[in-house]
Amino acid sequence: MSHVAAIVARCQALFEDLNFTAAREWKEAAPGRIVVGFMPFYVPRELIHAAGGLALGVLGGGDQLEVIQGDAYYQSYICRIPRSTIELGVTSRLDFVDAMLFPSICDVIRNLSGMWKIMFPKVKSRYVDVPQNFSDAVGGSFYVSELGELRDILARLAGREITDDALRNSIAVYNENRALVREVYAFRARFPWKAPSAEVYLLMRAGMVLPVEEHSAMLRDYLDATAREERPRRDNSRVVVTGAFCEQPPLSLIKSIELAGCYIVDDDFMLVNRWEKSDVAADGDPLAALSHAYLHDSLETAAKYQPDQSKKGQWLIEAVQRSGAEGVIFASASFCDPALLERPMLQRALAARGIPYIAFKFAENSGQMQPIREQAGTFADSIKLWSAA
Amino acid sequence: MSTAIPTRPAGAAKPQAVVKDGSMLKQKEMISGNYARLESAVTDGRKVVSTFVPGNLNELIMCFDVLNNLPEINAIQNGMRKKSGGYIMEAEKRGHSEDVCTYVKADLGMIEKGNLGPDGQKLPDPNLLLLSYTGCFTFMKWFELLRDRYNCETAMLHVPYQGDGQITQSMISYVVKQLREEVIPKMERVSGVKFDIDRLRENLARSARAEEDFVWVLNSAKSKPSPIDAYFGGVYYIGPIFTAFRGTEDAVEYYQLLRAEIAERLANGQGPVTPNGDMGPERYRLVVEGPPNWTSFRDFWKMLYDDGAVVVASTYTKVGGIYDQGFRHDPAKPLESLAEYCLGCYTNRNMPSRIDLIERYMNEFEADGFLINSIKSCNSFSAGQLLMLREIERRTGKPAAFIESDLVDPRYFSPANIKNRLESYFQMIEQRRAGHVPARAA
Ligand code: SF4
Ligand code: SF4
Repeated sequence: MSHVAAIVARCQALFEDLNFTAAREWKEAAPGRIVVGFMPFYVPRELIHAAGGLALGVLGGGDQLEVIQGDAYYQSYICRIPRSTIELGVTSRLDFVDAMLFPSICDVIRNLSGMWKIMFPKVKSRYVDVPQNFSDAVGGSFYVSELGELRDILARLAGREITDDALRNSIAVYNENRALVREVYAFRARFPWKAPSAEVYLLMRAGMVLPVEEHSAMLRDYLDATAREERPRRDNSRVVVTGAFCEQPPLSLIKSIELAGCYIVDDDFMLVNRWEKSDVAADGDPLAALSHAYLHDSLETAAKYQPDQSKKGQWLIEAVQRSGAEGVIFASASFCDPALLERPMLQRALAARGIPYIAFKFAENSGQMQPIREQAGTFADSIKLWSAA
Repeated sequence: MSTAIPTRPAGAAKPQAVVKDGSMLKQKEMISGNYARLESAVTDGRKVVSTFVPGNLNELIMCFDVLNNLPEINAIQNGMRKKSGGYIMEAEKRGHSEDVCTYVKADLGMIEKGNLGPDGQKLPDPNLLLLSYTGCFTFMKWFELLRDRYNCETAMLHVPYQGDGQITQSMISYVVKQLREEVIPKMERVSGVKFDIDRLRENLARSARAEEDFVWVLNSAKSKPSPIDAYFGGVYYIGPIFTAFRGTEDAVEYYQLLRAEIAERLANGQGPVTPNGDMGPERYRLVVEGPPNWTSFRDFWKMLYDDGAVVVASTYTKVGGIYDQGFRHDPAKPLESLAEYCLGCYTNRNMPSRIDLIERYMNEFEADGFLINSIKSCNSFSAGQLLMLREIERRTGKPAAFIESDLVDPRYFSPANIKNRLESYFQMIEQRRAGHVPARAA
C-alpha cells in the first residue's frame, strides 16, 4: 500500500466508525478529558481545546447508519441529519460525549438543541449563537459575551480554568491546522488528479474526530506524500460544489461527480475546518481575537447575513476564480432551508458572470447515483463544449 | 410566520344569522384603512417599511410616520382568497425550491404577478426592509431575496435565540445597541423624520393598555364553556396587536370593544362564535400548537366546531408576542422593552420552554387534549413537534394528535385525512374519559 493509500485508509476507517472509537480511546487515555460534540457549520473549537477537550464533529449518520428511532422524531419533510443525529444519540453511540454544541445555522438544528436538553439531560447542550451584526462594538461585544459564557461552561465541565494563555495557545494550534487545510485545498485546486475529492473529503472528516495536532500532522504527511505520487491526469472539467455545508453527501456522491468527469476544486463540506480565512491573532485578548476573526475574516455561507447587497454571492465567484473552476454544482440536502433559499441568489450572481451551474438535491443516505452521474457528466461535457466554442 | 386578520375567502358562503360584533367591524375598518394607505402611499408621498410579525416594532415604526407592510399578512390574505397556490407555482417556476417556506414563495410570486394586494390594488415597493430576525431563520433569506428584487435599504435586527430558555442582559443590550445604531438611524434617513423617544413612550403606553385587554380575552377561555375559540377565533383577536396597529388608539379601542363583547358572552354562558353562528355545546377543550392552514381555514375550523371541539389556548396566537405570561411593553424603558418583546416571541423560545408553556396551558385551561397542526414548510415551528407531542402526553396524561398541512399551499391540505384523524382523536378522548387508555391516534 502506498503511503497516500495508508493515510486514506486510516481516514476511511475513522469515517466509517460510527462508534467514534478513536475519540473514545482518546478520552480514556487520561483522566479529566472531555469530549464536546458539535454540529455544522462552525463552533469556536479553540475554547474546547483550551479546556483540554476534544472537539468532535457530529455530521449525521451518513449512508451506513440505519435510522430507526430517529425517524419517529421528525416529519417526512425535514432533512435527514437531525434524525440520524438523534439515532446516534439514542443508540448510545455518543454516550461518551460530555457536551453538545448546536450552532446557529437553521431552525432545525436550533430546535434540536432544545430537544437534546430534554432527551439527554446529563449532557450539557448549548446553542451557539453567532452575531449577524458585524460591527465590533455591537455584534462583536455580543459575541465576546457569548464566547465568555461558553468558556465558563466548558471550564466547569472540564474542572479547570481556561486561561487566556491556554486560549492563545489553542488559537495558534488551530491557525496551523487551518493553514494546512487551506494548503490542501489549494493543492487540490492546482493538481486535482493528485488529490481526488474523495480523499480530501476523508482527510477533512478525520479532522472532525482526531485531536487537532494529530490532524495537522496527518495533513502535512498527506501533502508531502501525494505531491510525490504520480497519478493519471484526466481531461475533467473543474467545478465548485456548494450547498452541502451541513448534511453531508454520501461519499459515493462525491466520487460519482469526479467519475462523471468533474474535478471538484472547491467545496463547502466542512466549513469549520477553514472558517477563518487567515490566522486569528494569537496575542492580546483571545476572545476579542476570535470575535474579530468571525466578524471580519471568515467565510460566507447561507447561515450568515450579507449586509452589503452588492457583495451577495461574491464569495462564490471568488471561489470559482481562485480555484480556476469552470462551473458550479449546487448540491443541497433535501429540505435544507438555508441552502435552498440561498440558491436563487447565488445562481443570479453566477448568471450575471456567465458562470454555468447545475443543481440537484441529495440526502446523506441517497443510494441511487446514476441520475447524479448523468447530470454531472452532461454538465462536464457542456462545459467543455462551451469553453471550446 | 404568521398572523392573520383573515377576511372571508372569495366565494365563501355568508355566515347564517351572524351579526357582526362591533369589534369585528372595527377591525375590518382598520385593515382596509391600512391597505388603502399602502395603496396610495406613492401618491401621498408616504414611505413604507416592510417587516415581520414576530419582533414587529410597530411602535417604533410609527415614530417615523411611515407605513407598515407585513408580507406574512399579505401571504395569509392571499391564502384565504385562494390566490396563493398560483403565486407559489409562479415562484417555483422561477427557481425557488418546492421544499422551502410557502409564505416566501407566495410573496415572491405575488410580486412577480404585479404585486397586487389582497384587494386587487398595487402595493407599493418598500423604502426599507426592516429585517427583524426573530424566531425564524427563513426571515433572513426572505428579506435578502426581497432586497435583491427591490434594491432598497435593509436594516437587520438580529434577535438572539433563547437557547437556554432565558433572556440575558447581554442579549438585551445587543438588541438595544442595534436599535440605536442600525435601525433608528436607517429609519430616520429613509423617513426624514427625527426619532423622538417620547413619542415612542406614548405608543408603548397604548400598547400596554391594549395588551391588558387582549390577555383578559385570552384568559376568558379558562371558563367553561369557553366564550372564545383561542385558535380559529384567536387569529382574528391577534390581528391588531400583531400587525400595523399595536401602539395605536385604534388598537386600544378594538381590545376594549372585544373585551366587552366577550365579557357579555361569558356572563350569558355562551360559547364561541363561529362562521355559522354560535357554537353548539362544548364537548372537547383543546390546546393547539402550530399555525393554521389558511387555504382551507373555514373547512378546518368546521371540522372542529361541528364536533363540539373548542380551542382554549394556542401557541400560534403567541408568535407575535407572548403577553399572557406577564410581559407588557413598558414606556419607562422603551428600547429595552422592545428588545424584551422581540426576545420573548414564541418561536424564539427554546423547545423546553415551548413545551413548558403548552403544559401550563393544558393544566390552566383544563384541556382534554393537545393537537398539533404541523406545517410542512415551517421548520421553525415544526422541527421537534413529535417530541413535543410525546412530552405533553407524558406530562399531562392527556391524548395528543398530530395532523399535517401547509400554510398557504393548497396542495398540502387533505380534508379527508384530517377529518378522519380528528374523528378518531375525538373518539380517543371519549375513551380516555371512560377510563380506557387507547394508543395514540396519530
Ligand atoms: S441540512 Fe439544512 S435544514 Fe437540515 S439541519 Fe442542516 S442546515 Fe438545517
Ligand atoms: S418558516 Fe415558518 S416562521 Fe418562518 S416565515 Fe415561514 S411560516 Fe413563518
